[in-house]
Amino acid sequence: MKNRLAWFSAPYVLWMALFTVIPVIMVVVYAFTAVDLTTGAVHPTLDNFAQMGTYAVVFVRSFELALIATFICLLIGYPVSYLMAKEGPGFQRIAMVLIMLPMWVNFLLRTYAWMTILSNNGPLNQLFQALGIIDLGNLVNGGLNGLCAWLNGGAVELLNSLLGTDFALSTARPTDMTYFKMLYTQGAVVLGMVYNYLPFMILPIYSVIIKMDNSLLEAARDLGAGSSRVFRKVILPLSLPGVLSGVTMVFVPSVSTFAISKMLGGGTKLLLGDLIELQFLGGAYNPYLGSAISLVMMVIVVICMYVMNRFGEGEEQAVML
Amino acid sequence: MRLGSRPGLLGRSFTALVFLFLYLPIFILIIFSFNEGNSSSVWQGFSLHWYSELFQDRLIMSGVYTTLLVSLLATVIATAAGTFAAIGFYNMRRRWREPLMAVNNIPMVNADIVTGVSLCLFFVAAFGAWNGFVSWMETTYRLTAPRLALGFGTLLIAHICFNIPYVILSIMPKLRQMDKNLIDAAQDLGCTWMQAFRKVVVPEIKPGIINGMLIAFTMSIDDFVISYFTAGAKTSTLAMVIYGMTKKRVSPKINAISTLLFVVVLLLLVIVNVRQARQDKAAAKNGHAG
Repeated sequence: MKNRLAWFSAPYVLWMALFTVIPVIMVVVYAFTAVDLTTGAVHPTLDNFAQMGTYAVVFVRSFELALIATFICLLIGYPVSYLMAKEGPGFQRIAMVLIMLPMWVNFLLRTYAWMTILSNNGPLNQLFQALGIIDLGNLVNGGLNGLCAWLNGGAVELLNSLLGTDFALSTARPTDMTYFKMLYTQGAVVLGMVYNYLPFMILPIYSVIIKMDNSLLEAARDLGAGSSRVFRKVILPLSLPGVLSGVTMVFVPSVSTFAISKMLGGGTKLLLGDLIELQFLGGAYNPYLGSAISLVMMVIVVICMYVMNRFGEGEEQAVML
Repeated sequence: MRLGSRPGLLGRSFTALVFLFLYLPIFILIIFSFNEGNSSSVWQGFSLHWYSELFQDRLIMSGVYTTLLVSLLATVIATAAGTFAAIGFYNMRRRWREPLMAVNNIPMVNADIVTGVSLCLFFVAAFGAWNGFVSWMETTYRLTAPRLALGFGTLLIAHICFNIPYVILSIMPKLRQMDKNLIDAAQDLGCTWMQAFRKVVVPEIKPGIINGMLIAFTMSIDDFVISYFTAGAKTSTLAMVIYGMTKKRVSPKINAISTLLFVVVLLLLVIVNVRQARQDKAAAKNGHAG
């Protein structure tokens, strides 16, 4: 111990041992055990991981949606952070507050508001109706149906007779839509993820860009680099730690969400988070399998952290606030 | 610090659009809290009756009460504990500090659901063992003790767990900025280590403490997943009440309560920011004079 003030952390170290370390160890232990339903005996096993194979679809879907959401967040978040960093300090302070403020309205409430917006007779569909976009959609579908029917009669029939196949283009696109189905689709789930986790992309990138040494940019300009070259060769590489931390902070909650998929996706297509929730509080009570899936999540996080630490500068950069 | 030239019209409209995206759902929530009918998507005329009905709804009001109570308590406890812990970590040798900081980061980097599930497992197992012990005591020694179950206590512990790391991480940089010799100087000049802490360290890191407190409160108010796994069947935060409703039908009373909460938060933030802006201005003026 360097000096006696170090002892100030002793109670918290005990607290961490009890409420952080032991629970994590329990997840690991549960992941490698199972209970025998007939005898009630608990025994070590790898069955839980084998059982996960049946849920491969859920894994693939979760990763797919989370990756799409992360990519969209990056696409929106990077320019916003960059543009914010170019504004004056007064605007920056207000912008930071404006980004944090929605978080004070619980995320479930905000997701619920999206249910309203996206619903079949909700504001967005009403807007589309008023702007004639839905009629336009009907018109386009009608046109496509006509085109496909014409092709079916001509080119496709010729192809079928040549190859001996029985192939036809669909002519059943709906032409009497009164609304677009947006709620309870996978797109809505991605929207929910982007909406809820976008601040976690903006804040770390912004905080890295804002700390950037201005003299580096000036030096680059003085040495004759154009503004796009300054961005590519100086700003982008230097902001990479922020990007990596933003990507992690969006990807991890996206891949493990369960409320968003239930509310905006209708709960029919399970995600990893739904699967874990089902094992602990839902119908399929099996904490051993749930722990195994949780363990997989922890491994994902550890990999993300490892990648980040290789590029980033350690603890400070990893946190946005 | 500012980066290069100010963005043009195109850039500004992009930023504005993103902010619109962030606030659109909140505006919709607020608008439909004044709706006459009980639809949350079709406007049927202006009315305030959801606000008056809100206060008669026991379920929602107790959810609000639990949310506020657990957030405030967790914030206060986590800020105090986190401040002590951060000072402790800072004064440790690197060899000890680094692994402890890594453990400290676990609840922050882990997915919420994993933190929630691990705490849930821990509480259920620990309480199971305790309740078994109580039953055994009762049958063999006729001694009894209260049995434990998931509830407000576990909810509070869980919130403190995920709040402390944020407090520590916002205080650590301030500690690093502090002059290392200040503590030694204070102790050389006769301060006890408690006095050194109170009179030297705390004032130096105060902005970090306040920042950490704000983040902790934000995290507590915003949390749903960890609460969901640790609150048990009888305790519900507002988020859990809403989650229960989404399976059937969400009452516009929920819109009313969110509008009220949003307005309160907005007012608080405006007050804090105006005050800070004033202080900054005063400080700048004093700086000029001196």
